[in-house]
Amino acid sequence: MTDTDTNFRPTRRAILIGTAAFGAAPLMLIRRAEATPDTMKAAIHKVIGESSVRKGRVALDIPPLVENGNTIAMSVAVESPMTATDYVKAIHIFNEKNPQPDVISVQLGPRAGKANFSTRIRLADSQNVIAIAEMSDGSLWSDSVEVIVTIAACLEYN
Amino acid sequence: MARTLINVPPKAKRGQVIEIKTLISHIMETGYRRNETGGAIPRDIINLFVCTYNGEEIFRANLFPAIAANPFITFFTVATESGTLEFKWTDDKGNVDTGTAKITVE
Repeated sequence: MTDTDTNFRPTRRAILIGTAAFGAAPLMLIRRAEATPDTMKAAIHKVIGESSVRKGRVALDIPPLVENGNTIAMSVAVESPMTATDYVKAIHIFNEKNPQPDVISVQLGPRAGKANFSTRIRLADSQNVIAIAEMSDGSLWSDSVEVIVTIAACLEYN
Repeated sequence: MARTLINVPPKAKRGQVIEIKTLISHIMETGYRRNETGGAIPRDIINLFVCTYNGEEIFRANLFPAIAANPFITFFTVATESGTLEFKWTDDKGNVDTGTAKITVE
């Protein structure tokens, strides 16, 4: 080996990287009280356990761009014959970035005739909303929609 | 008592799938907002909605603060027999609001 440059000299690049990292550190400490994708996963886990969720059979209908996060029309439709032996047991809605990951949990049965429901929800930020349907045979199906919110809920003062 | 609005078709054919629409006036205070002095406004939401058809439960919803003020919920059921549909909303303070609707099935 003929490497002669063994003694460390701080280059301009090293100094810049160092100061950038130092400057970024305090920013990471600022965190708002909100449900992150991780807390949403935890909330989903609490409801459905270890079971795997497949995409499909569920249609979550929310406008992709909403102006006011305080009231957003949302509807869910699940494909199911809704007979006594094959029906939708429950539908759960979750969000990523509201202070709390749960939105609504609905329980139905074969008497519903049609596994649809709709309501109005609040969203604190642009985020993904997920619907999970629990079938009578135990299988789980989901759909997710990415919603862009221009005026967030939960921010205004009374 | 909060104001409620219930929309159930008055008449239906046996076996027909009917749509039920419900609305209740309620502030649905999330518990995450603050007043002018910075104090937290306590949470006050409707956390449970149940609908029964001639005594049998056909729909139940657990609500969270992410439901907009004046909760509006629509859902479906099969018109099986003439009778009464009962609706019950329960809020955090334990207040229960109820409503009924009659249906004639031919």
